[in-house]
Amino acid sequence: MNVELFARDRSSVSGPPSAFDFFVDRGFRALAHGGVLLILFVIALLLWEIGGKAIPGIERYGLSFLTGSTWDVSREQYGILPAIWGTLYSSLLALLIAGFFGVTMAIFLTQDFLPPQLAAVFRTTVELLAAIPSVVYGLWGIFVVIPFIRPFADMLHQQFGWIPFFSTSLSGPGLLPASIVLAIMVLPTIAAVSQDALRAVPFRIKQAAYGLGATHWEAILRVIVPTASTGIFGALVLGFGRALGETMALAMLVGNSNQIALSMLSPANTLAALLALNFPEAGPREVEVLMYGALVLMAITLIVNILGSLIMMFANRKLR
Amino acid sequence: MRTLLSLCATLLVAGTVGAADSVRLTGSGASFPFPIYSTWFKAFSAKTAGVTVDYQAKGSGAGVQDFLNKTVDFAASDSAMKPEDIAKVTEGVQLLPMTAGEIAISYNLPGSPKGLKLPRDVYPAIFLGTITKWTDPKIVAANPDVKLPDLPITVVRRADSSGTTFVFTQHLSAVSEAFKNGPGVGNTVNWPTSDKFVAAPKNDGVTATIKQTPGAIGYIEYSFAKLAKVDFATLQNKAGKYVAPGTGGGVEALLSVQLPPDMIAWLPDPEGAGAYPITTYTWMIFRKKNGDATKASAMRAMVEYCLSEGQKVADQLGYIPLPEKVVAEVRKAAGNIQ
Repeated sequence: MNVELFARDRSSVSGPPSAFDFFVDRGFRALAHGGVLLILFVIALLLWEIGGKAIPGIERYGLSFLTGSTWDVSREQYGILPAIWGTLYSSLLALLIAGFFGVTMAIFLTQDFLPPQLAAVFRTTVELLAAIPSVVYGLWGIFVVIPFIRPFADMLHQQFGWIPFFSTSLSGPGLLPASIVLAIMVLPTIAAVSQDALRAVPFRIKQAAYGLGATHWEAILRVIVPTASTGIFGALVLGFGRALGETMALAMLVGNSNQIALSMLSPANTLAALLALNFPEAGPREVEVLMYGALVLMAITLIVNILGSLIMMFANRKLR
Repeated sequence: MRTLLSLCATLLVAGTVGAADSVRLTGSGASFPFPIYSTWFKAFSAKTAGVTVDYQAKGSGAGVQDFLNKTVDFAASDSAMKPEDIAKVTEGVQLLPMTAGEIAISYNLPGSPKGLKLPRDVYPAIFLGTITKWTDPKIVAANPDVKLPDLPITVVRRADSSGTTFVFTQHLSAVSEAFKNGPGVGNTVNWPTSDKFVAAPKNDGVTATIKQTPGAIGYIEYSFAKLAKVDFATLQNKAGKYVAPGTGGGVEALLSVQLPPDMIAWLPDPEGAGAYPITTYTWMIFRKKNGDATKASAMRAMVEYCLSEGQKVADQLGYIPLPEKVVAEVRKAAGNIQ
């Protein structure tokens, strides 16, 4: 009898919350707060650990570390300007490629171009790309991408060598193959988040656009994409952040050459690759500067994210 | 329930008995001799009851660091051990050369001509970036029979810090004054900046990059070059002869140097008409006083196995078997592990 009463109480919409409801609510709130605090704690710990170990390096090299371009362990000269340049260059180039394909793919898969089942197949295929290990991407880049783009790269250099972006001939590893592989690696992130954003556009907005006499493409480009632009932009920022930190595939493909070149066919270096390749055998002195480098990479990621949020806020306001 | 309990008890007893009887040796360090070490240790552990050997290829520097922190029983290193590190070990240090290896200069040329000859003044210049074309008159003059392509030379180097780079740059610095004053010697050095100098991680990365780049040249361990079937150059040695990497040239190089009492001998530029110029020992590092008689005897047994049975597989794995004379000296020095 009692049990039945309890059951009836719970099923009714009105009525005061039970002790159990209270418990669940409080418990969940505590858990959520705990989770947030844990994240902050882990970040603080990371900063403390990396920052603490980087302090001697910062004291010794200061800002010249950021502007120098030599990495010479035996003479203890360290500079990461080429690595910063290469990190930003490769990530931007990758974002350009992956952004274009990711967003068009998201439009294609969400705006009724395909039967829903077929769209689901494509979606899963793209998401599968995220499950491939970085090293496999690296090897695939060396054995497939580089031989494949070599004829195009040679042609670009011969025909358009006067443009600074193609001023060197491709010697194998370099910024272009690295960026192409990087683009494929961040594509699932961009495509998935953009799809969510596009799907979140209320159906009635689309209907209203059609009602006003818009064609399919007008509805997509003038109404739906602008409405979803905040989410799409978020996808791009997320993809850019991932590209900045990508390590192993880049270490294998970028050429790890400490030079600042405008040409996308020349080898370069990235911060993440520099860190990964030099850590295992680094002496105590070198560890300090590597930690300094890690701190710089974290700062760059942070700045990119803040800039992204600011632009998003600005875009949002403009939309309203 | 009871059977489960008794099973647990039996397992527990078996576990403790096993632990009391067996000796576990742990080591870490160089990755260059890892293929041969892992073969040795597997065979030795299988053959010797109660002794297991674990070896982790972390890199020479990390191995020495572990050894100093006393987290391992022995270490292995391609770049021996620095005197200041040796001084830190109060128990005393015994280095033992266990095998030797060679570094091959591999290349990728259209038509894959075998045994390209590289004179002593040419290959340091290639790695300095002063010779940049395969049609350079000096290369053409040394290889009249080879049809050289009109391609730029793409130099592939190691991107990670490595004992291989140390040995290679040590040799180049011994041969070329310009290289010594330029990049110098080290696990990583400051290579010339050029868009025709690229770097790849580890031996496999360098090998793959050479294979995929027409006109590429790079340095890799001979055992690796042999395994990966890439073309490698014959180099002109100090006596002026062209020698290909291999057991014969390696043994002759090792014999040209007398091992000092501390067993650290470098061969930056070996003498001898048949000596391959880039040859190096690789060492295992032990403590002289281990404070544990069973462990010490297990280590001596391990060294003995590597010196006798182990040397027989060296050639087939791409390493150089130690000459008889060297084996005798190492065996004597191994007695210091107590």
